[in-house]
Amino acid sequence: MSEKHLSGFPLSLDGPDRPMVSFRKVTKSYGSLTVLDSLDLDVAEGEMVTIIGPSGSGKTTVLRMLMTLESINGGVIYVDGEPLTHMPKGDHLVPANSRHVRQIRSKIGMCFQQFNLFPHMTALENCMEGPVHVLGMSKKDARERAEDLLAMVGMADKRDQHPSRLSGGQQQRVAIARALAMRPKVMLFDEVTSALDPEVIGEVTNVIRKLVSEYNLTMLMVTHQMGFAKDISDRICFFYGGKIEEQGSPDQLFSNPQKERTQQFLSAVKEAM
Amino acid sequence: MSYFEFLSQYGDRIISGTLVTIVLTVLAALLAMAIALAAGLMRMAPNALVRGVAVVYIEIFRGTSLLVQLYWIFFVLPLFGISLEKFTAGFVAVGMNLGAYGAELVRGAILSVPKGQWEASLALNMSPAKRMVRVILPQALLIMLPSWGNLLIELLKGTALVALIAVADLMFQVKQINGTTFLSAETFGTALVIYYIIARFMITPFMRWLERVMQRKLGRA
Repeated sequence: MSEKHLSGFPLSLDGPDRPMVSFRKVTKSYGSLTVLDSLDLDVAEGEMVTIIGPSGSGKTTVLRMLMTLESINGGVIYVDGEPLTHMPKGDHLVPANSRHVRQIRSKIGMCFQQFNLFPHMTALENCMEGPVHVLGMSKKDARERAEDLLAMVGMADKRDQHPSRLSGGQQQRVAIARALAMRPKVMLFDEVTSALDPEVIGEVTNVIRKLVSEYNLTMLMVTHQMGFAKDISDRICFFYGGKIEEQGSPDQLFSNPQKERTQQFLSAVKEAM
Repeated sequence: MSYFEFLSQYGDRIISGTLVTIVLTVLAALLAMAIALAAGLMRMAPNALVRGVAVVYIEIFRGTSLLVQLYWIFFVLPLFGISLEKFTAGFVAVGMNLGAYGAELVRGAILSVPKGQWEASLALNMSPAKRMVRVILPQALLIMLPSWGNLLIELLKGTALVALIAVADLMFQVKQINGTTFLSAETFGTALVIYYIIARFMITPFMRWLERVMQRKLGRA
């Protein structure tokens, strides 16, 4: 990465109202294709924000950039007040080194469409892996934490099973427990119900509902489950062509969309249901 | 001379040669696996120099004859002050040669571990080394085991070349017996069968067993 100094971006975000996650003029492109065009998006602490939009609108890219699975081409992402993609050097921001990224990344957890559990570990071992081998917890403490979380997602009785013995819904619940075992401040859900059979979607969405009501987590979710998004989100962002076309409370956006593209998208989705 | 007379007279030497071949195979296999893992990982290193070293190694040992490599290690290296005993030179040459092939197996297997596994490890904030050791390699191992079965049989057969630097392996012994008795059919026929038995009834079942054990560990049995 170049040692390009960035100006016009604060070294950190302070104050009681600072957002937990902040995208500032974030741009992402593959060659000449711009996936995200100068995105500005703030997510407050404890807020649940759902991103909807047609495929190719860049919504998954938002989560992947925040998880540092994708690099960014411009702008700065802040997490919990500190820059994630950059780090302060003197009075400027420079691209972050891997140590800085790891430090900030520890605040973020993610669940994937394809679960991505480790197949050579049991459900319990999956949930202990991060705490023991990344956080350096004792096996005993990590096991306790993992058992509590597996119980929370209703998977206590399957803790000694390997992922191959679990259904999709069960695997996704274990994956949620695994991510939570790292005690993230921000949780990302990337189409976590898209690979599931319709009859088990509920068991995963119920776990997420529980998180919303019982944990003070900041959450960003990409989903096609409009009803679910409407129920639990504090805010819905409709993405179109790499930009936020429209955003607002679920009621506002679903009942009274202002933009034509939002209306088109929502009516197309409704028809499909 | 009947075949039984032949066996009773030369059986001891054939057995001792077979044992040497087996020990050579095991040592060369261990060396090949260690080299394959190291070179395979180096081949994927972010540092261009490290990558370059692995590429040069793989190219040299894969691209030239095992026999020539054996002669180099046994006859030429002493000119540079590195003298290896013939037995050591034998398994080192075979191990280094097959290790170069194995490196590509290791690399291929690592790359075929699903992308989601890399991403999930990153999302758990694992360091690259932890991710490799804890998540990627255990899965890569299972992917590459069947190919290693093939490679180990190649390796076994490759060890026959060490007879040419007078290591007293199976091939060396039957050549000696043939030199004094001229019973080529009996001597080389016996060697043929023994190599086949080691490959088919020792290496292959062992690799199958290993695969089953690994599969069970992955919860796929």
